[in-house]
Amino acid sequence: MGKYLEMIRIRFLMMLAYRTNYYTGILIYSINIGAYYFLWNAIYSGKSEIEGLSAVQMTTYVAVSWMARAFYFNNIDREMAMEIKEGKVAVELIRPYSYMVMKTMQGLGEGIFRLFFFSLPGMVIVALIFPMEFSGDAATWGLFGLSILLSFMINTQLNLLTGITTFFLYNNAGLIRAKRVIIELLSGLLLPISFFPLWAQDVMRFLPFQGISYIPSMIFTEGFTGQEALQGIFTQAVWVILLVFPVRLLWIAAKKRLVIQGG
Amino acid sequence: MNAIEVKDLRKEFKAYSSRAGLKGAFRDLFTRNYKIVPAVNDISFTVKQGEMVGYIGENGAGKSTTIKMLTGILTPTSGEIIVNGMDPHKEREKFVRTVGVVFGQRSQLWWDIAVQESFRLLKKVYKVSDADYNSHMDHVIKTLDIEPLLDRPVRKLSLGQRMRCELAAALIHNPPLLFLDEPTIGLDVLVKLKIRDFLKEINEKYNTTILLTTHDLTDIEALCERVVMLDEGNIIYDGSLRRMKEKWAEGREIQFEFLESPELARLEAITKGLPVKWEKDEKSQVFKTVTGDDDELVSQIIAATVASLKVKDVKINEPSTEEIVRNIYERGMV
Repeated sequence: MGKYLEMIRIRFLMMLAYRTNYYTGILIYSINIGAYYFLWNAIYSGKSEIEGLSAVQMTTYVAVSWMARAFYFNNIDREMAMEIKEGKVAVELIRPYSYMVMKTMQGLGEGIFRLFFFSLPGMVIVALIFPMEFSGDAATWGLFGLSILLSFMINTQLNLLTGITTFFLYNNAGLIRAKRVIIELLSGLLLPISFFPLWAQDVMRFLPFQGISYIPSMIFTEGFTGQEALQGIFTQAVWVILLVFPVRLLWIAAKKRLVIQGG
Repeated sequence: MNAIEVKDLRKEFKAYSSRAGLKGAFRDLFTRNYKIVPAVNDISFTVKQGEMVGYIGENGAGKSTTIKMLTGILTPTSGEIIVNGMDPHKEREKFVRTVGVVFGQRSQLWWDIAVQESFRLLKKVYKVSDADYNSHMDHVIKTLDIEPLLDRPVRKLSLGQRMRCELAAALIHNPPLLFLDEPTIGLDVLVKLKIRDFLKEINEKYNTTILLTTHDLTDIEALCERVVMLDEGNIIYDGSLRRMKEKWAEGREIQFEFLESPELARLEAITKGLPVKWEKDEKSQVFKTVTGDDDELVSQIIAATVASLKVKDVKINEPSTEEIVRNIYERGMV
């Protein structure tokens, strides 16, 4: 376990080494939240609620979705693709650890860094500018914490899957981009899932994506409460377990056909 | 005890080829041409604990592929590998604790952070105790002279500085077996010497087995008793460096410089009856001839030449390892 904690620490240090990325990140997220705030204001214009969410709840939803994204989002799929293409994965395989777990830990290190140095201060600033509603209920915060941890797991597993495909496709930049757009759209980041047509909601119920953004954000805005919130977390947990299998299988298959590029 | 045992090891790669032209490119979308190329072709060898072995061969001879199979990175197509008593691929995590690897062409340190942070992580990864780390690594750091580099990020190090740190990183868990894949590539003479001395020292101190691939034969001469030579995936020589020299050395080369340059035909006439062939270097007006294995031939050639021509200078050259190896490469399989 020590080595994995150490990896989280190393990732922290690496994030600090790239301060510019960190500052531009804050800027990009603020612009996104601002843009969606004005967009939703225009859509609501006078209506007290749409699909069960009030305008203030909607603003909170948007802000919290983006801030949660800072935690669960990472580029380990792109990093893996690069490591595989440049042959650096060879070095990872001569170490006595699991590459998959190590990559997850790197993502977690990045996530924790951004949660504390980015999401929390960002949320305070956003709350000062836009009208928002925070729950005073400790249980809601607890469930939300658990929920974003699970969204991190689901998102990371999907990233690992996309990353491993580099072994088979050699160049999967397109796939990585497609995955990103699909997650943004189907996870409820851009649009809460309750706004989709009913048939689409039925389909999405059977996909892992809503566990990434929709469920934690709904828990935070108290769109889901009590039984509904627990059910959401249960769905997330099931997906975390289900996704372990394709990741493992694909990784075993990948190691078999591993070709180290460049000597 | 044998550190490495390899039997009938084989690795095949699929080599895809593209068809020519636009039509060909469209056809490639559906079916692609490939042929199976063996990179390593049923090789067998063993290395004893404590040996330092040089693994040489031309570019693309299969050296790196072998090392990657020995370290468990690549799965062999067929054959058996036992390294440190384990199958590298099956028991990967347990196995890699017992080996150290340096790839000259790629870094295993984390690029953006200080060297000591990488060391600290590796120490945790290999579960090295503080006491072991201190007693062992203090010495390594001192010998390789990397103390002042420890707090610098890897990307700011020069190649020579980085390579010394890489070597130290590979030795954190003090492995009984060390794989070095072109460790001295692109390094200056001083760093090379330092690395060689260090390798010799750990070999003596801990009886560490070292398998080394390199294109710099002076590395091999300085370090290795034994040489394994690979050509197109086959072992073409396995034995001591000295015996290789004796076996493939094409006698000695005698260089003459004359006061007045004679015609080549004249020289050939003088040494008629002796199995020699003269060559003339137009630029420096030096005449060269190569003797066979026959030791008497040297004096016969000189005697005959000196007797009939005025000689300014005579040199007798031993062929260097480099020349011998070049000869072997050029002739291909022996």
